[in-house]
Amino acid sequence: MRNIWTLAMREFKVYFTSPIAYIVLAAFAVIFGHFFTTSLAFFLHYSASVAAQGGGMGAPSLNVHQIVIEPSLGNLGIVLVFLMPMITMRLFAEEKRSGTIELLLTSPLQDYHIIAGKWVGALLLYACLLAIVAANFSVLFVYTTPDWKPVPVWLLGLLLMGGSMIAIGTFISTLTKNQIVAGVLTFFSLLMLWLLNWFSSYETSTFSRLCEYLAISAHFEQFNKGVIELKDLVYHLSAISLGLFLAKRSLEALRWKA
Amino acid sequence: MIQVERVSKRYGPKTAVNNISFEVDRGEIVGFLGPNGAGKTTTMRILTGFLPPTSGTAKVGGFDVVENPIEVKRRIGYLPEAPPLYPEMEVADYLRFVAGIKGIPKKDIPRRIDSVLERTASADVRDTIVGKLSKGYRQRVGLAQALIHDPEVLVLDEPTSGLDPKQIIEARGLIRSLAGDHTIILSTHILPEVSSTCSRVIIIDEGRIEASDTPENLTAQLQGPHSILLDVEGPESAVQARLESEPGVRQVSRESARGDRVVWRVEVGKDGAIPRRVADVVVTSGWGLYSMQPVGLSLEDIFLQLTSDEQEPGRGDDAPAAEEAAAVEEEAQDA
Repeated sequence: MRNIWTLAMREFKVYFTSPIAYIVLAAFAVIFGHFFTTSLAFFLHYSASVAAQGGGMGAPSLNVHQIVIEPSLGNLGIVLVFLMPMITMRLFAEEKRSGTIELLLTSPLQDYHIIAGKWVGALLLYACLLAIVAANFSVLFVYTTPDWKPVPVWLLGLLLMGGSMIAIGTFISTLTKNQIVAGVLTFFSLLMLWLLNWFSSYETSTFSRLCEYLAISAHFEQFNKGVIELKDLVYHLSAISLGLFLAKRSLEALRWKA
Repeated sequence: MIQVERVSKRYGPKTAVNNISFEVDRGEIVGFLGPNGAGKTTTMRILTGFLPPTSGTAKVGGFDVVENPIEVKRRIGYLPEAPPLYPEMEVADYLRFVAGIKGIPKKDIPRRIDSVLERTASADVRDTIVGKLSKGYRQRVGLAQALIHDPEVLVLDEPTSGLDPKQIIEARGLIRSLAGDHTIILSTHILPEVSSTCSRVIIIDEGRIEASDTPENLTAQLQGPHSILLDVEGPESAVQARLESEPGVRQVSRESARGDRVVWRVEVGKDGAIPRRVADVVVTSGWGLYSMQPVGLSLEDIFLQLTSDEQEPGRGDDAPAAEEAAAVEEEAQDA
């Protein structure tokens, strides 16, 4: 455990001694803030017009969850598709390029320490992104009274989705010495996973249902509604395990080929 | 301390290390000597548990590098050819991180950092960003990193490459100072390095061990006839005739001349008394002896003899050698 934590803290600190953390955090704050304020503005406009009509017959009840939180969180995933590669691309590619991988592989560490350490380190930076989400949403909790009960479910869903993306990025980063290659490949893989269920909207074949199941975007929708479903848990935990397992195999292969 | 038995390493069709065996005792400093690409780095990587051997066994402190890599890695400090430094960290932070992954108890870490910084004379760069260090300091911090867990075995891959002459001398002194407490394996393709630091030399070429002995023995064992350079003032033909008639002297040739003084190259046998007799002859004949200098084969010559195919002493048939000589002569005539 201590080994993993030592490695994770180094990764986390490196993000902040390089420009990566600041770029990712700033980009995320701007884009997520934009999604949030537009949906908030829409909510304010809508509730003002309902109030002007005197809350007349047939006006749907105003729900902060449906109008502000759900669309914001729904869009968050696509932002992550763009930003996650920047977080994960350097994890192993940089070590392979600079030769420091030799230090890790000749230290008394198990391979899974190294991989878990990298994954946790990236997850910590991702947690900082989630803090920005929390800061935005806290406004709602100050001025309105949304239900707080789905909050842990969102957090779990977001952590699992981010964890899956980071695991995939970690694996891809072990494949190359070149950070750009790792970044582009990760971006492409995450984008495909995100878009998979778009292709399937008009089809009912087994293939399209498979795509639907594999799409990472489909496995956040229930969390977003405040529901924990077993299939979503299984999906994300499998994705994380598979990503980290492949990273471990790739690291072993590196020893045999190096 | 280290036992290597019939270890080979192949990358696809290429054999990097071919069936090598050697042992290193506690406290020894062993130098791997060989041209680039001879298999030095691969051998070291096998010892450090970075690469598994294709066949054979390697043990460090009694632990097999394949079956018990964690125990082996605990006992080894490794400085790869390019020091494994994280450029964005401060030196002390970097050493703290390395201490952490080497499994040093948390309370001992500050003491260990102070100790290795002092040992490698790099305490004054403690708070410097690693990326801003000079080449010499990078090497020292790399060595500090290898020493942080006070390992029994130190494996140093070309520890002086890229340093300036002053830094090289410092680095050698540092390595020698570590000898008592640690078993050290270092690799180099620079010869004075092994003769000045190592207690034993293993010459590797094309993945095979060509020789393994102390630098002195290696020199003595492989040396052909000694030569003496004599700077003599006297009548040329008489001097040459008198020297040639001396028993034990194989050949006398004129090296250079300045005025009356001629420098002679006198090739002699291994008999240690010959140089003295030669000097006596010159002096008793009434000629002036200005200087006398023994010329031995340097480690460089031995190394070249061992690692280049053209001139392997005691191996190969005479016939091809003669053919080769003839070919060379022909070439000379053509030119």
